[in-house]
Amino acid sequence: MSVSILYSLVGSVLFSLGFYSLIAYAHLLRKILAINIMGSGVFLILVSLAYRWPETSPDPVPHAMVLTGLVVAVSATALALALACRVQETTSSAQLPEDESD
Amino acid sequence: MRPFPAKLIIILLLMALTGLFAWAILSLPLNGTSLRTQVFANIGHSGVSNPVTAVLLNFRGYDTLLEITVLFLAVLGVWSLGTIHIPDLLQPAGLFLMALLRILLPAMMLTAGYLLWAGAHAPGGAFQAGAVLGGAGILLLLTEVRFASTIDWWPLRTLLSAGILVFSGVGLGSMALGGRLLEYPRDWAGILILIIESAATLSIGVTLMVLFVGGKPSKADGTVSMKSTGQREDKT
Amino acid sequence: MAESMTWSQWLFDLPLALVLLWLAWRLLSSTDLFKAVVLFIAFGLLMALAWVRLHAVDIALAEAAIGAGVTGALFLSALKRMNSEQQKLDDGENDDERRDV
Repeated sequence: MSVSILYSLVGSVLFSLGFYSLIAYAHLLRKILAINIMGSGVFLILVSLAYRWPETSPDPVPHAMVLTGLVVAVSATALALALACRVQETTSSAQLPEDESD
Repeated sequence: MRPFPAKLIIILLLMALTGLFAWAILSLPLNGTSLRTQVFANIGHSGVSNPVTAVLLNFRGYDTLLEITVLFLAVLGVWSLGTIHIPDLLQPAGLFLMALLRILLPAMMLTAGYLLWAGAHAPGGAFQAGAVLGGAGILLLLTEVRFASTIDWWPLRTLLSAGILVFSGVGLGSMALGGRLLEYPRDWAGILILIIESAATLSIGVTLMVLFVGGKPSKADGTVSMKSTGQREDKT
Repeated sequence: MAESMTWSQWLFDLPLALVLLWLAWRLLSSTDLFKAVVLFIAFGLLMALAWVRLHAVDIALAEAAIGAGVTGALFLSALKRMNSEQQKLDDGENDDERRDV
């Protein structure tokens, strides 16, 4: 087990944890938190796969991709939070409605 | 909350998914291909010596241009969703925060400037510097409530788009000089990257500050604002 | 993959990995949203440590500033707006009840 395998496994588990929270909880803010955790998991997998040669410097292309992804994640989170606040203003509830037909 | 059997099925499926990821990762070859060799072969021509900055601003410059555009689009989206009455959101700060701001704000601006400059040869660059500036802007918003009403001021709004304008200007300019889009002339690559990064830093800092406010600030004399019924009504 | 980890690497990386997973589980399953956001900021800072361990220092700087700092501030601001919205609605309902009585 090397460092990169450990962190990529952590990334996969984070992705699954975030995915479960995304579909299990109804409150919008918890869904946005879950999406951020999923994003962090994916970034961990990408960067740990770039670390595969610890003798030399790591591969810089996945680093640049993850940096781009981090900034895009923060702008998507900001937009999602503004949308969630609007949903609460218009429907007076911050949770998605429970599906009665299930 | 879902009924119990559905939750169990979801958990089992997610465990299978995690197992699939683990199997995929563990079955990767020991020495696969990577783009390291190409990057380090061409880094002398890129104008900077930090490989991540070279990839971000030179080899994959188009991705960075689109990323800055995504930030701008987020501001457009947030501003079109509704207005914010600033006194509802921010309150005058206590003495401790004001004293802290006096120490922190110059230090943060200096750190941002250093990160921007050091991005060429050490870890750093436009995004890190812009993020520190954004943090400084958020602190300023939380402390000085009057500052929040200047978000609508036109120089600040110009700074929001400065990053995209400078970046695409440099790209189109290099096309006009006979190359392809974003193909910097070899001797000027370092200087051009610094110019693009400076504009991007200011732009990112102001963008993060504006995203924190979370909406278009309503004017003090009370103009339109969207109420919960979705109809426009004028505040008198 | 590369060679196996030395015991000193195990000593640092394994606790960091376990704390990351535990923190993510605590913040996702917490019903108090303020606590979840504060744990999210802590998670971001620990992720910055993980980036440094993976020799990705640029990403560590960006994660600490953007991922933990700005995203945390955005969440707290949105939480405050939602809570004050809820407060206004609750006050409105209370007024109606008093009038009925």
